[in-house]
Amino acid sequence: MTTTGTTTGSSATAATGSATAGTGTLLRFALRRDRVLVPVWVAVNALMVLSMPGTLRGLYGTAAERAGLMRQMETNSSLRALVGPVFGDSLGALTAWRVGVYAGALAAVTSLLIVVRHTRDEEESGRQEVVASGMVGRRAPLTAALLAAAVANAALALLVAAGLAGQGVAGALALGLGIAGVGMLFATTAAIVAQLTESARLARGLTAAVLGGAFVLRAAGDSAAGGDTSRAVGSGGGSSVLTWVSPLGWLENLRAFAGERWWVLLLLAGATAAQAAVAYALAGRRDLGMSFLPTRPGPAAGRLRTAGALAWRLQRGSVLGWSTGFLLAGLVYGGMTEGAAGLVGDNERAREIIERMGGQAGLTDAFVSAMIGMLGLVAALYVVASVLRMGGEETSGRAEPVLAGAVGRLRWAAGHLVIAFGGAALIMLLAGLGFAAGYGHDLGPILGACLVHLPAVWVVGGAAVLLHGLLPRAAVAAWGLAGAVLLLGWVGPALDVPRAVLDLSPYGHLPKLPGGGMSWPPVLTLLLVAGALVGLGLAGLRRRDLAA
Amino acid sequence: MTKAISVSGLHKSFGRTHALDGLDLEVETGEVHGFLGPNGAGKSTTIRVLLGLLRADAGAAQVLGRDPWADAVEAHRRIAYVPGDVTLWRNLSGGEVIDLYGRLRGGLDSRRRAELVERFELDPTRKGRTYSKGNRQKVALVAAFASDVDLLILDEPTSGLDPLMEEVFRRCVEEERERGRTVLLSSHILSEVEELCDRVSIIRKGRTVETGSLADLRHLTRTSVTAELAGPPNGLAGLPGVHHLDVRGHRVRLQVDTGRLDGVLRALGETGVRSLTSTPPTLEELFLRHYQADAAGTGAEATAR
Repeated sequence: MTTTGTTTGSSATAATGSATAGTGTLLRFALRRDRVLVPVWVAVNALMVLSMPGTLRGLYGTAAERAGLMRQMETNSSLRALVGPVFGDSLGALTAWRVGVYAGALAAVTSLLIVVRHTRDEEESGRQEVVASGMVGRRAPLTAALLAAAVANAALALLVAAGLAGQGVAGALALGLGIAGVGMLFATTAAIVAQLTESARLARGLTAAVLGGAFVLRAAGDSAAGGDTSRAVGSGGGSSVLTWVSPLGWLENLRAFAGERWWVLLLLAGATAAQAAVAYALAGRRDLGMSFLPTRPGPAAGRLRTAGALAWRLQRGSVLGWSTGFLLAGLVYGGMTEGAAGLVGDNERAREIIERMGGQAGLTDAFVSAMIGMLGLVAALYVVASVLRMGGEETSGRAEPVLAGAVGRLRWAAGHLVIAFGGAALIMLLAGLGFAAGYGHDLGPILGACLVHLPAVWVVGGAAVLLHGLLPRAAVAAWGLAGAVLLLGWVGPALDVPRAVLDLSPYGHLPKLPGGGMSWPPVLTLLLVAGALVGLGLAGLRRRDLAA
Repeated sequence: MTKAISVSGLHKSFGRTHALDGLDLEVETGEVHGFLGPNGAGKSTTIRVLLGLLRADAGAAQVLGRDPWADAVEAHRRIAYVPGDVTLWRNLSGGEVIDLYGRLRGGLDSRRRAELVERFELDPTRKGRTYSKGNRQKVALVAAFASDVDLLILDEPTSGLDPLMEEVFRRCVEEERERGRTVLLSSHILSEVEELCDRVSIIRKGRTVETGSLADLRHLTRTSVTAELAGPPNGLAGLPGVHHLDVRGHRVRLQVDTGRLDGVLRALGETGVRSLTSTPPTLEELFLRHYQADAAGTGAEATAR
């Protein structure tokens, strides 16, 4: 007994009895568990930011070109909604403008995943129980999770600040700290949500919904601020209240490389501290494994009759959440579209910017196409999540008793796949309806533009089915695939990625609707590819051993 | 009468691990068959092959007269399965899961379901997350015993049950036997096996090392004999089947293969017996002998020679 006490060292002994005892050990353990995934997230994020100045130099080489770009951004609210306002015409300022919000959002996703993984996930699985029975203080797990997120965000801030220092040290530091600050803010948001729910899945979903809300609010705020075109170019004037409600808007208003407003960092730090205090207060008042939203009793007898009904029961919550999100996002984006044509008319330069984001032809059509394209990319996340839900059923052992019933594997899989592939169609349809409602006209073309993305979404889903069918343990790699497709779609065109690379993404082959002409061959080819992937995946599933 | 389960020469590897190495198993229709072996012997792997969840590399298997892989769905209509570690959906109530499991098999007898919920003292309205291990086990047991099936495959089904519930479980298995159903019961609880099973198969390292009724198995194991003799014993060491012979003056302690008891008693009788205790092998000894690793087994045989 005494030997263990001495080997853990004097610091551990001194900390025994305090609420944070064992934090160091837990933190080291957390960093070890995250040693692959988190560095990859951080590196991808940093690369996205650091590659921007070079790309922008290629696109807008001269100061005059950059000033022209700025003027357009000042006057066009829809453009600003898409990418935010420009506050300066230096390469650094344009970098912060072009990727700052995306980098902040990505840091937020990384942080929320880290925190939920080391708090609610651990409690839900029961692993926390054994850990908590050791020399571990009541606050240690939450502290270790927040510190793990802090390590990731600090590394990101360091990479960004060091990598952009050539564009101006102050701006680089501000942007790095701003991105990391948004990350930490959402780390503490996740810490609060993880106290409220009993399920890690729900905690992740709710925090991601908050992030999505922040993203949409920022866009709406920026588009609203554009109504007043009398503001002097460059000074930027004040942002709308909506922007200030969204933490991603704070990041924008930090104005890195354009007369940094350092006090915005204090805002981020203060909000982070306040949220952390709430999370600690909640954590200190509840029992291990319990939550503030307790489980209610269910029916004593069930009506579920088939594996398909079970799949629907398991996934209906997430389908509902995604449907609501896509409908609302469609409404908001549709509402912003009106300004696209009105303010600048058919400006060459502005059209080029939007074309680079995936749109084409007339400016309004280009805007609509770019916005819907963004939703189409996000739908890839839905389809992967839904297909992997089936994989989770299998690896958790819950599928075993079901398949030990009179249920064939194909029937079992079909239940989940109908939800995954049909659900993707549903959310794109709802996005289109919302978009058309917000915009006020063009229902047909907008629905067409939404639905034309489905073949690409289904190809990503089919790849997930194939992975699950052949290598169930490696099925999570489908997330990597969805991430790569998203990255290519979002920043690929702006980065001047070669066409051959862009063509690797199924989205690269879609006709640009509305505006561009409908072309059936690529769409039908993608449908065939998706069908083949699903077929191969199901054939693999039928043949292989059940994973457990 | 057809066999409920008939398996011969089953092989299954996971990478370089040979989980099953020529396993044989015969379960007669209507019997309760104990399926025993140390941890990692391949019990659960066998059961998962029998359920068509894993595909055997080689060997023949039939469950209820069907191929468990190719004909899985039809076979499963008549099978109820209880895993050793039941995982439930966190947002479904126990009652919903019982009904779902039942409907995915041949159907559920609702009268018996109600009765079993009562007997197992299960609250079917609670959600999966809030059940303890024992209660999760009860959910699967109620669903299995209430299902309209011919064969029950139970993989260490009583882990986590308290002694009272364990008693309920035993009565349920007895009732299944009376109703003519077949039960394959994998278990480590020896009293459970002794009380319930008509025959047992013991496996080790993916092979069947013993199969038969408990009486048969007892016969194959050793009886301990302690005797006080009238004079110094002679010739005992040379008798076949005698192990661990310990002679101190007129006192003799030894173990003898139960089948060879006769010869030992005759030899002792020749010397003259003053007192004699003979202990039949306990079940624990029987299992320990089979569970222990090969090293111990061959070692014992080596000393006997």
